[in-house]
Amino acid sequence: MTTHSHDHAPVAAAPAASVEPGSVGLVQPRRVELFAPPAELELVSGARLGPVTVQYETYGQLNAARDNAILICHALSGDAHAAGRHAPEEREPGWWDSAIGPGKAFDTDEHFVICSNFLAGCKGTTGPSSPDPATGRPWGIRFPMVTIRDMVSVQRGLIDHLGIPRLLAVAGGSMGGMQALEWAVSCPDRVEAIIPIATTWRLSAQGIAFNEVGRQAIYADPNWNQGDYYAGPSPDAGLAIARMIGHITYLSDQSMHRKFGRNLQGKSNYDYSFATEFQVESYLRHQGEKFIQRFDANSYLYITKAMDYFNLGEGFPSLRASLGRLRAKSLLIGFSSDWLFPPAEMRAIANALRGNGADVTYLEIHSDAGHDAFLLETAGITRAIRPFLRCAHTELRRRREVSL
Amino acid sequence: MSAAAQAAAGRPAEAVNPLQRNDFRVLVELVEPNSRVLDLGCGDGALLALLREHKQATCYGVEMDPDGILACIGKGLSVFQGNLDEGLRDFEDQSFDYVVSDQSLTEVRRPEFMMREMLRVGKKAVFCFPNFAHWRIRLQLLFRGRMPVDEVIPFQWFETPNIHHLTVADFRAFCRHHGMRVLDQYFFRSLRGGRVSRAMAFPNWSAAYALFVTARR
Repeated sequence: MTTHSHDHAPVAAAPAASVEPGSVGLVQPRRVELFAPPAELELVSGARLGPVTVQYETYGQLNAARDNAILICHALSGDAHAAGRHAPEEREPGWWDSAIGPGKAFDTDEHFVICSNFLAGCKGTTGPSSPDPATGRPWGIRFPMVTIRDMVSVQRGLIDHLGIPRLLAVAGGSMGGMQALEWAVSCPDRVEAIIPIATTWRLSAQGIAFNEVGRQAIYADPNWNQGDYYAGPSPDAGLAIARMIGHITYLSDQSMHRKFGRNLQGKSNYDYSFATEFQVESYLRHQGEKFIQRFDANSYLYITKAMDYFNLGEGFPSLRASLGRLRAKSLLIGFSSDWLFPPAEMRAIANALRGNGADVTYLEIHSDAGHDAFLLETAGITRAIRPFLRCAHTELRRRREVSL
Repeated sequence: MSAAAQAAAGRPAEAVNPLQRNDFRVLVELVEPNSRVLDLGCGDGALLALLREHKQATCYGVEMDPDGILACIGKGLSVFQGNLDEGLRDFEDQSFDYVVSDQSLTEVRRPEFMMREMLRVGKKAVFCFPNFAHWRIRLQLLFRGRMPVDEVIPFQWFETPNIHHLTVADFRAFCRHHGMRVLDQYFFRSLRGGRVSRAMAFPNWSAAYALFVTARR
């Protein structure tokens, strides 16, 4: 593969002068161009795509043995900015700052942590809002359809570019967990361990259904204009509704009730009108409004489609057969109240792997936070991930010593 | 059951050399090298770690207590968070050489179901349990008229995780009536130290613990 990099060898972000404890401090996003023609990326659909720009961030130092690299895969609305801050005044740190940093689950004192925006995203990596090289105008829905496997192919291109022969681990929650599983299945010799969290091996009918309602909301927005809206107003109303639906699926009945109950929004009596009455309405609207500031509607369409197509069992007689190539040491973490990706589906993966004689551990964390628990139950996942990574690293080193 | 009660009941953390445990030592001797072993109620994974170290066994554990799971992860063991009362429905027939229930049989809701499941999944099933007919327990019941509380069964009746006590004679009778063969038996007078005997006189009176290796008839 020919690579053109806008930057040079991976260098860890310079520590900021005053770093809050446990933070990776100030970080810089990086970009690299991969799959330049004629070595385009061949997609599962058969289409070819190249060049592909990849936005990524790294935290911590790659060691001399190059065996301490961990790839973090983000979920639907995430991006490459997983930890630290881009500027001291940035209000929110990266999306998984609670788990990445010195002394945290993914300990940057020991590990070199990488996170990249996935293919078809809208946060620096090539996607439907990027210019089509043939026309110079945004792709829109002329962008080829992508799958989780294609996202992993792009990540593998990045790992090659960074000169990492074998990842110590690939980890992620939700759609990030799908990518972690896909890594272990499609590149078994490139990954020592995986940590799929609150995820599934194939999207259920219910999951597809929720995604489709979100997409229909976007299609129905007149501003969507068959995906060709980059010169004019964007389909904000549609995208906001899609996000509101998504948010309902990320919470649980209990957590929603605890958070909002039937509380009224800034009033003590009903208005008996269509104005916002309940806090939960206001919350969802706020989530929708926040989302449209930072997300591209066409990206949302492509990403949810990629999720729909995800099925590790495709073309295999059983889940177990489909996981036959998976050799990675696996830590699967589920959450009791997650009804979007129920713990039973994590258990099914764990059982299939055990049937294959793989090294697999299943941990179920009791939480009423629903699917969102994977971002909230930091203490629980940290207590499992740290010893798991320590053992994985020891095993990797022991095996390398044997093979030398 | 509280996590603390569970930990205390099943497998106290083995800070000291776990090979001092008679049940562990017997199993480490017994299990053939490279066996596949499933430990039901594996606690902190001390037994599985021994079997992996000494017999290169392929080990899996099932445990309900999250602290036990975390301890197992720290040892690099494969372990499943699960409830034994749900059985082993995701485990295939005869997929393990040994399925071990070390002091978990008395804690499950349906011991008969679990024993049947163990012999479906394992070629051999190993049971280790405190003998409720041990003389100390008999005398406590006889003279004090209270539920026995001692080193072997360190719980008051209202807080015990052991909901199905049994005796050596009960176990043998169960095997006779349920198509199970006893391949091997070990008796000991305490969990740590003391002699392990395969032919103790009057074990139903003298043994504090019994360990049986069984198979289907």
